[in-house]
Amino acid sequence: MATTKPADIPNVSKDELLGYYRDMLLIRRFEEKAGQLYGMGLIGGFCHLYIGQEAVVVGLEAAAKEGDKRVTSYRDHGHMLACGMDAKGVMAELTGREGGYSKGKGGSMHMFSREKHFYGGHGIVGAQVPIGAGLSFADKYLGNDNVTFSYFGDGAANQGQVYETYNMAQLWDLPVVFVIENNQYAMGMSVKRSTKSPSYWERGVAYGIAGEAVDGMDVLAVKAAGEKAVAHCRAGKGPYILEVNTYRYRGHSMSDPAKYRTRDEVEKMRSEKDAIEHVRELLVQGGHATDDDLKAIDKEIKAVVNESAEFAKESPEPDVSELWTDIYA
Amino acid sequence: MATQVLMPALSPTMEEGTLAKWLVKEGDTVTSGMVMAEIETDKATMEFEAVDEGIMGKILIAEGTSGVKVNTPIAVLVEEGESADDVEAPAEEKAPEGEKAEAKSDAAHMDKPAVTSPAAPVAGKRDVSPDWPEGTKMKTMTVREALREAMAEEMRGNDKVFVMGEEVGEYEGAYKITQGLLDEFGPKRVVDTPITEHGFAGLAVGAAFGGLNPVVEFMTFNFAMQAMDQIVNSAAKTLYMSGGQMGCPIVFRGPNGAAARVGAQHSQDYSAWYAHIPGLKVVIPYSAADAKGLLKQAIRDPNPVIFLENEIMYGRSFEVPDVDDFTIPFGKARIWREGKDVTIVSFGIGMTYALEAADKLAEEGIEAEVIDLRTLRPIDYETVLESVRKTNRCVTVEEGFPVGSIGNHISATIMQQAFDYLDAPVINLTGKDVPMPYAANLEKLALVTTAEVIEAVKSVCYR
Repeated sequence: MATTKPADIPNVSKDELLGYYRDMLLIRRFEEKAGQLYGMGLIGGFCHLYIGQEAVVVGLEAAAKEGDKRVTSYRDHGHMLACGMDAKGVMAELTGREGGYSKGKGGSMHMFSREKHFYGGHGIVGAQVPIGAGLSFADKYLGNDNVTFSYFGDGAANQGQVYETYNMAQLWDLPVVFVIENNQYAMGMSVKRSTKSPSYWERGVAYGIAGEAVDGMDVLAVKAAGEKAVAHCRAGKGPYILEVNTYRYRGHSMSDPAKYRTRDEVEKMRSEKDAIEHVRELLVQGGHATDDDLKAIDKEIKAVVNESAEFAKESPEPDVSELWTDIYA
Repeated sequence: MATQVLMPALSPTMEEGTLAKWLVKEGDTVTSGMVMAEIETDKATMEFEAVDEGIMGKILIAEGTSGVKVNTPIAVLVEEGESADDVEAPAEEKAPEGEKAEAKSDAAHMDKPAVTSPAAPVAGKRDVSPDWPEGTKMKTMTVREALREAMAEEMRGNDKVFVMGEEVGEYEGAYKITQGLLDEFGPKRVVDTPITEHGFAGLAVGAAFGGLNPVVEFMTFNFAMQAMDQIVNSAAKTLYMSGGQMGCPIVFRGPNGAAARVGAQHSQDYSAWYAHIPGLKVVIPYSAADAKGLLKQAIRDPNPVIFLENEIMYGRSFEVPDVDDFTIPFGKARIWREGKDVTIVSFGIGMTYALEAADKLAEEGIEAEVIDLRTLRPIDYETVLESVRKTNRCVTVEEGFPVGSIGNHISATIMQQAFDYLDAPVINLTGKDVPMPYAANLEKLALVTTAEVIEAVKSVCYR
């Protein structure tokens, strides 16, 4: 149960690396665009950006198979893009338009896709954790070998329902991977100020749950740990905890003055640990791609993001009759 | 091509701010994510990061400028070889100004009725069909047996239905509602949970999202307060928030309301709490037949259903139709007794007092019409209104607290839709506005009583 080190990482192909590069870049560019649209008043309310944490979802999606489920908190745009949801539908939900995944009725924090097995998008800190266990309960009950990724942050990790869920998940051998995205800050509260037991995955030991910490700025390390976790769940050995150490570059939400950390701290992470830069280096150093190749990808991603933004601006607001639909099935 | 940089909104409510400091100067290369400026709002100083890449062609708003409106162009980014001077009156970004203004004017009118918003759909015609055909063979059974039969029948009919909760399996139910279910269906479908309401309610909601039909027993609804967030925020609202994708077919059931001598924390009627929430259905049966027919209906319903039972009622016997598959639709009140002088509206254990009072009132020549709402979401308004139009008087009876009670809501509906028919103000009988006391004499005083119903009816009849 030690931290997965880069040395443990198996050989990785050019195509895989290019895939990770593309997926992470899509999230980053998408989020930057969302930030811009927010600044223009096209996105309202709360908007929590995923910039900096891209390697977490991209690495774990690489360990998933068709049928696996995922559920997360309100910092959810990255998870949706990583599991293959359409950037246009996500962006249009951010702008509250008819073309959004929830027809504009959910917003940034509340989006879903049955087709892609994405179960939200939950606005209440920690509430998605038992829901994730419940999804895995359903899979076990139905007798398939699907696994659920239940994502939450270091802030949610202090919620009581997380430990209620650990207890039941282990008791019933549920195939759920609890992914603690430790981005070091729960809103403005640093890990150091919120707990004296900062190794979150080790809390699972009290319930008999296996787990480990992993470098969340390294997509290959995340993928390797994810594969281990998923194998554990699929083998019927019950839940697994991954504490993925990562970092968000932007504020908690758009209206975060970031007084709780220094600019130097953020700059240091960006310049020394950036997940996308890391893969870019692997690609260039390994002779897998030239700067021009990567520029072409950048351009392609930019086009996808711009197209999503255009769609999100052009899509009409939901019809007023939508006020009264979808209250009951 | 030149790109305008606009003054950003950095919080949901920001309309203008101070451009405190430029961190780039004209001619600097800008990459996306780079901090370009510091902007002060009334709350904080925030960093403003670049989205687009390019060269800082021209700074349009000097640092130190205050009162810069959101979406004002503050700088122009150019591409290599391009000069900012070439850029004349760069094209406005689409829409934002107009949208903002519009949003603001909407907000200003929030306190007025939204005349353009479509009205809530009105309920359909009143269902007056009998619950079962005349001549149906009946059998006597307790509410407890009726509930157990309902679950067992639905579990036999659909293998995705399972029961979970504290002591539902090996202990056979704290109130023996699940007696025998473990034997018949096994531990996969009769799941004993640890004492962890918040957790297992959330887990069950996830199981419902995942394609199962959970029946969650709360040992009593007092303990469901621990799970309130999962019931309201996760179960009730997700269908709406997902634009109709993510339904939650789940039943939360268990005893609700005062039992006997168990004090304030174990004696509360949550009818009005749950009835407040769009997205929930709320059922509160009185008789064994209703308990059975409505619970079967609840388990088949594709929505989250709150099913409020009552410990005191569990052992009471009623006639139940002896048929294979018997359900009662939601939103259909039952008229237990017809009368011309006054309408008594109640539900759940309140019906005990309502019916007792009606018997005694009949001896004094007052004929009360007694309506059991049976479901509080949806509510059968039409049956109540039709009765009030006939009797011109109404008394509501429930055990819950008085403020924001179901009776208050029924009264308001009558006032709005049958005002001219009323010959007296509607009286709402409720539990008293106090935490439930333990002492036997005080507990009696805190609950609604048959005597109070009689007194209220006489009062509205001016007798």
